[in-house]
Amino acid sequence: MRFLLRRLVAVPLTLLGVSVLVFVTTELVPGDVARTILGREASAESVARLRGQLGLERPLPARYADWLGGFVTGRWGESYTLRVPVRDLVLDRLSASMLLAALAFALLVPVAVTLGLVAGVNHDRPMDRLVSVTGLALGATPEFVTGVILLVVFAVRLRWFPASAKAPDGSSLLARLGHLALPAFSLVVLCTGYVARHVRAGAVTAIESPYASAAELRGLTRWQVVRRHVLRNSTISATSALGVQLQFLLGGLVTVELLFNHPGIGALLLSSAVDKDLPTLQATAMVLGLLYMLIVLAADVAFRLLDPRIRLGAAS
Amino acid sequence: MSGLRVEELSVAYGGKVAVNGVSFTVAPGQTYGLVGESGCGKTTIGRAFGRQVARSGLITGGRIVVDDVDVLGLSPAALRRWRAEALAVVQQEASAALDPTMRIGTQLAQALRARGRDRAAARQEVPELLERVRLPDPAAIARRYPHQLSGGQQQRVVIAAALAARPRLLVLDEPTTGLDAAVEREILDLIGELRTELGAAVVLISHDLGLVGRLCDRVGVLYAGRLVEEGPAGKVLSDPAHPYPAALLASTPGLGRNRRTHPLTAIPGHPPAPGEQQDGCSFAPRCPLADDLCRSTVPTLSTAPDGSTAGLHLVRCHHPGQTAQAVSQPEPLPEPQSAASRSAESDRRPESAVSQPSPLPPDGGPLLEVRGLTRRYGKTVAVDGVDLVIRRGEVVGLVGESGSGKTTLARTVAGLGGRGPGTITLRGRPLHPSATRRAPEQRRAIQMVFQNPYSSLNPSHTIRTILTKAARSLGGPLDPAGLAHEAGLDAHVLDARPERLSGGQRQRAAIARAFAGVPDLVVCDEPVSALDVSVQAGVLRLLDDRQRASGTSYLFISHDLAVVGYLADRIAVMYRGQVVEQGPAEQVLHGPHHPYTAVLVGSHPPAPPGQGDGAGTGCRFAADCPSRVDGLCDTSVPPVRDLGQEHVVHCHLDPARLPHRAQGSTAP
Repeated sequence: MRFLLRRLVAVPLTLLGVSVLVFVTTELVPGDVARTILGREASAESVARLRGQLGLERPLPARYADWLGGFVTGRWGESYTLRVPVRDLVLDRLSASMLLAALAFALLVPVAVTLGLVAGVNHDRPMDRLVSVTGLALGATPEFVTGVILLVVFAVRLRWFPASAKAPDGSSLLARLGHLALPAFSLVVLCTGYVARHVRAGAVTAIESPYASAAELRGLTRWQVVRRHVLRNSTISATSALGVQLQFLLGGLVTVELLFNHPGIGALLLSSAVDKDLPTLQATAMVLGLLYMLIVLAADVAFRLLDPRIRLGAAS
Repeated sequence: MSGLRVEELSVAYGGKVAVNGVSFTVAPGQTYGLVGESGCGKTTIGRAFGRQVARSGLITGGRIVVDDVDVLGLSPAALRRWRAEALAVVQQEASAALDPTMRIGTQLAQALRARGRDRAAARQEVPELLERVRLPDPAAIARRYPHQLSGGQQQRVVIAAALAARPRLLVLDEPTTGLDAAVEREILDLIGELRTELGAAVVLISHDLGLVGRLCDRVGVLYAGRLVEEGPAGKVLSDPAHPYPAALLASTPGLGRNRRTHPLTAIPGHPPAPGEQQDGCSFAPRCPLADDLCRSTVPTLSTAPDGSTAGLHLVRCHHPGQTAQAVSQPEPLPEPQSAASRSAESDRRPESAVSQPSPLPPDGGPLLEVRGLTRRYGKTVAVDGVDLVIRRGEVVGLVGESGSGKTTLARTVAGLGGRGPGTITLRGRPLHPSATRRAPEQRRAIQMVFQNPYSSLNPSHTIRTILTKAARSLGGPLDPAGLAHEAGLDAHVLDARPERLSGGQRQRAAIARAFAGVPDLVVCDEPVSALDVSVQAGVLRLLDDRQRASGTSYLFISHDLAVVGYLADRIAVMYRGQVVEQGPAEQVLHGPHHPYTAVLVGSHPPAPPGQGDGAGTGCRFAADCPSRVDGLCDTSVPPVRDLGQEHVVHCHLDPARLPHRAQGSTAP
């Protein structure tokens, strides 16, 4: 409990540091925001007028204070390019991203853990080689390649799943998940090898451990030993790898979002950076920073729940 | 026939023979010991009982029959059933044999369920099991995780799990390795009691000859995968007919053996690796008796020529019974050149320093003085007001259970501990607590040899670089070859990195490094506890030789009393951060001594464990002391009893009532 409290207090402090970095780097990017918004043909006066409207003439610390105060109180401003409130935009995209990430993660965990266990229990045998090499190869294949193949096979040929990730407005959750199936599959294909490799390493250690062989000597079958002793001990070591994958699934997707026309936050981050849409860029970066920290925290909590040695400390 | 019958058992790893035609029988209720150096096939046989050889291994022949069940012929399902019903295995390293993520109660309940109990019965039986292995407060223990138990408690739990079956065969593989002396004794007592209770055939695998001698009815000595001698334990371990067990005994320090009166004899070389077998007797390359017959013809296992009446006594030797010559030979033979790449392992010492029995060291003046030293880690007091003097040319042994503060004291002397109250002076001049703040001359004067030679040498440097760097920074002569030679290392080892060296060679390199700057004091923290007994003997002799040649003082730490007693002139006994006794080695070990020392040397049974935490105002040992005086020991600090010859004991007992060791109980 004290661990959780201490870590929760650290989150806003870290976020404060992140905010400085986000603000300074986004403000320092070369090029003039007003010029970018108005385009090449705009007159010098109109550019200057816009700069005044945007408050770009004021000193950096003052603008930072204003921006941070606005962010904390929920006034995230208006997008320069889309002319809509940033908060609605970001939260909308975020919820879309979270739905896809949740689906992909829910598929990824059982698939990767199972494959990792199978590889680990049969380590250095053909089954292990097959799982490891396939996982590595698929992980190294760009998303647009696997994505296109999935699209052609499952959407165009077999017509099992819709090609677009965007469900019609008012669709049920199930229908929306159906639209997300193909992008989720391509993400599972991408991430499974990495996670499975971590699970495999833990499983090899566990299956070769004296406690596993002791269990076998009590007359348990291989499968019983795996279920009772190897599963938990091998997922412990994969927890942080899963955390990293979840971060990626939430905020690191661009190709998959573009390919399947899914309005996620990764694509938003990219477009706002390209368009110099500073309010959107800053708010998106902050939201993702917060989420990343919470995921790391969640992974640490899961780690402690799984491993009593860390939870309860060393022997007295 | 009931009991265990092993017939011509052979096991190979990747086609290389590791166990070669081993046969023996164990009657129900009897205990059979398997001894030998590491790599001789002990553990492989232990694993073959449960048909659980490593993945590259294959049982290539023979039978294992337990109560008329042919274990090697069982189908997988029948094997599982047999394991559940009839087999119990206690592995070495209890801490690893328990799943770190499961509560003790859950693990034991699973062990019971594997043996056919239903869920409710299993849950009910867990406290009974814990009680059978004499663990106090079973309900509390059952709720804990393995890491919350001490090493001794963990081993009890592992034994409890083994007892969940009604085993017909109990296999104990190094059941006490790594445990403190007092805890080891408790576990052995427990095993002794359970053995009679169970009536199972028991196989004890151990490198510890003393342990095997105490527990076993019969003993089999393994060498290079073959039994070389087999017979009644009392006979084989006191008067072996084969030169190998004779050499093992000569390399084993026992209580009452001191380097000045009974120098150890190391066995030169090492056992051949599986598949490395050459013609003739596999021990011939290391055997002082070997002749052309031995080198050409494998001897058969035949009756020993001693007319033993206690039972069958077999030996595999062309010259059985001539072991006296084998052991009395003081200089081990040089290595055969055939194994050139590995001859570096030779644990022979340099010819220059032949140790002869010699009297006690000259009474040098004080070199290092520790006064009122206290070190805390958070709330725990690791070292509590310790006074200790080390004289010039003297070896001070430091003993005590793990957690008693030995290592903290040693590291503090070496300048690697934290800060805290108390002073350390070297030749009357104060030493800074941190080695980096000490004068170069003071750093040169005190060096350290660590327990784990695998991590104490920089893996990216060659031995030559390691020794050169040490000599340069300590201001010693830049002569790595000379240092290596003095440490008994062959010259070609100099250009190898530590990973290519054996454990014994690494520890020799670490000792050479400690001596690079001609130190006044070398702090040795468990320097031989990771080594096999024959290798250990070589390293102990090296330490002895270096000490005599240089007149350096040692602060020597070990949990093994026999090892400390072998090397030390004086011994200090630590208990929970305090020195409870110090004095001349022989007097401390023999007594009259502190009741805690009595427990350590085994002349006194320990009190039932875990009755107090020693946090009272009186003697720290009061709660666990077999001679406790209630109302005195637990409330007031014990006085210092002077027994003469600088032998002091911190105890309330009258000196006349202090315990001492019974005559004639010298181990092994």
